[in-house]
Amino acid sequence: MAKVTTPKPKETANIDHSPPLMKGWMNTPAEIRPGIYCYGAKPKNLEAVGMPFPKEWNPEDENWKLPENWKEIIEEGFKDRLDRFRSFKLFMDICVRCGACADKCHFFIGSGDPKNMPVLRAELIRSVYRKKFTKGGKLLGQFAGARELTEDVLKEWWYYLYQCTECRRCSLFCPYGIDTAEITIIGRELTNLLGLNTDWIAGPAANCFRTGNHLGIQPHAYKDMLDFFVDEIEGLTGIRVDYSLNRKGAEILFVTPSGDVFADPGTYTAMGYLMLFHYLQSQGLDITWSTYASEGGNFGYFTSHEMAKRLNAKMYAEAKRLGVKFIMGGECGHMWRVLNQYMDTFNGPADFLEEPVSPITGTKFENAKSTKMIHLVEFTADLIKHNKLKLDPSRNDHLKVTFHDSCNTSRGMGFLEEPRYVIRNVCNNFYEMPPNTIREQTFCCGSGSGLNAGEDMELRMRGGLPRANAVKYVHEKHGVNMLANICAIDRAALPTLMQYWVPGVEVTGVHEMVANALVFEGETKRTTDLRGNPLAGMEEEEDV
Amino acid sequence: MDLAGILSLERSSLIKKWQEAVLDTYPADSRQFLKKERDKFSNPVGSILENELMSLFDAFLAGPDRDKMIVCLENILRLRAVQDFSPSQAVSFVFRLKSIVRERLHAKGLEIDTNGIEEDLRIFEKNIDELVLLAFDIYCRCRQKIYELRVHEVQNQVGRLLKRANLVCEIPDTEPDV
Ligand code: SF4
Ligand code: SF4
Repeated sequence: MAKVTTPKPKETANIDHSPPLMKGWMNTPAEIRPGIYCYGAKPKNLEAVGMPFPKEWNPEDENWKLPENWKEIIEEGFKDRLDRFRSFKLFMDICVRCGACADKCHFFIGSGDPKNMPVLRAELIRSVYRKKFTKGGKLLGQFAGARELTEDVLKEWWYYLYQCTECRRCSLFCPYGIDTAEITIIGRELTNLLGLNTDWIAGPAANCFRTGNHLGIQPHAYKDMLDFFVDEIEGLTGIRVDYSLNRKGAEILFVTPSGDVFADPGTYTAMGYLMLFHYLQSQGLDITWSTYASEGGNFGYFTSHEMAKRLNAKMYAEAKRLGVKFIMGGECGHMWRVLNQYMDTFNGPADFLEEPVSPITGTKFENAKSTKMIHLVEFTADLIKHNKLKLDPSRNDHLKVTFHDSCNTSRGMGFLEEPRYVIRNVCNNFYEMPPNTIREQTFCCGSGSGLNAGEDMELRMRGGLPRANAVKYVHEKHGVNMLANICAIDRAALPTLMQYWVPGVEVTGVHEMVANALVFEGETKRTTDLRGNPLAGMEEEEDV
Repeated sequence: MDLAGILSLERSSLIKKWQEAVLDTYPADSRQFLKKERDKFSNPVGSILENELMSLFDAFLAGPDRDKMIVCLENILRLRAVQDFSPSQAVSFVFRLKSIVRERLHAKGLEIDTNGIEEDLRIFEKNIDELVLLAFDIYCRCRQKIYELRVHEVQNQVGRLLKRANLVCEIPDTEPDV
């Protein structure tokens, strides 16, 4: 028998158990890793909206099937955008690489990958800018932080541009106000010039263009779902709510993300909308849903400004067709950013609409003077302020609630108090997460800007860690079991994030809780919430 | 003094070395942040790793306390399972404790053979090998969880509704005869 010699402890101690890791990122091409990237756009989805260079492609393949003149296309596109967007030009020039933004991105914080530092994410693009468009860069090359655009660089761009949720947290800390999200937005536009979108973005955009919403739901199915909610609500409350669809002459057009109508737990929020609108009918609310403007979200915004504009156009078009006075938006994040920051210049002026005035309280929403579109949460906060809703917050006593500020509504639009005001009025147990994780400083869900696919789950989980970590803290400290938000992507993405990091915490829209608390005249005694979970103190009755 | 005595005497410096070794598995340009930022909400990775490694060290010496070790390993590996590590890279930090302890003994001028702690050390290192296996199981469970989430996310969100709104018609579950 062969003699086996066991190594002496001294020898085993010399074995290096730490396999080598990536070193020297500057000259290391990006390794496109499964779990981090989203699948490439399918040709049919690009063809449907006339985007260039549709093809079957796999980001992990060596060959990305680029057109021969791809470099010129990018360089021309780059130049065109430098001319058109002064902010972009400025952001290319003024960064002093102070690093204040470096550790503020949830993707960097969660991954430790230096290329996810906002300053570096931007530098990936800026380096090419310097080489092509600045004297110093042309002359001095790498010494001036400049480099050639190569296929490897393009792939690196792509990999990291689709690892940014355009959340703008970094911009909050930049002394110059450089908004890396805007750089990402333009960078993604450039990748789209070569047909390099992701399918998770291109699919919904194409569906939205044709059918009116991301999921490609046709009008009859949309109506079926609303009818289904009406039955559900009747079963729970004894009240048969009334709603209207595509009704001409209504005063208000209601537009919400299709996720609210078709995906849990957003559906409970949609039931909340229906109940609130029905409740207000007798007080003079005259509102209609639409199967044409059946999508509040805008995945075009994650593609290019032009695509965002095309998809956004249906809101005003439908408002005009129906002859409403103004538009109200459901609980959504990026929809809110698009309509506040862009809609006016995209598709305005909406001179056929009126400045929104609450038909119940008479409050003028001067903030929406120009766009003529308000967010449901400000409308509801105003109702509560004027005592127009009879609420029984104890019906949410089985919930211990915390609030996640969506990047778009909080950092984007300063929507900080309204949702909190509503929540405090409809439930008794509300606990804030730590101050450096909420309001303007909120941490992204990690799945925004079209990254909420399945194949990039590792990316989503690491990017969502800072958010989940703060939820975990209030979960352990106060027993928080419900994470409220006013964004449809949050409602789609956060449940998964919670299952991974903080099991035991569910996710809700604010209007689901409003509807739980809303006291209707003549309703049957409620024993459960909208989800069919027993109310506090009603557990017994449920069992019977 | 036996090995256990030495380890508890050297506890804080050993833990510190171990924490550093783990943080050194991250890219050089990120280490500074992971090590220096003390706010646990601004730097969850650094803070989770530091705290859990400390608890893991204590649980390992206390018995070892298997239940506690599992909790610590879960918290560490849930993280590393979604970061840029291969499976071996993700769990290799456990092995590092061997060399850290040996280096420390050496630095203290303790000759392993002459001080009669060789046997203690052999058991200690055997336990570390077992800890590695435990870590590997837990790492796999985390990866499994990710695949589950991937598969079930869309199903969970849409499936129930389609069914309840009668938009799909599946073979019903057979009911037992009454
Ligand atoms: S916008 Fe958000 S995701 Fe993008 S780099 Fe800045 S912090 Fe990171
Ligand atoms: S904080 Fe602003 S100036 Fe400083 S590195 Fe970041 S982007 Fe550049």
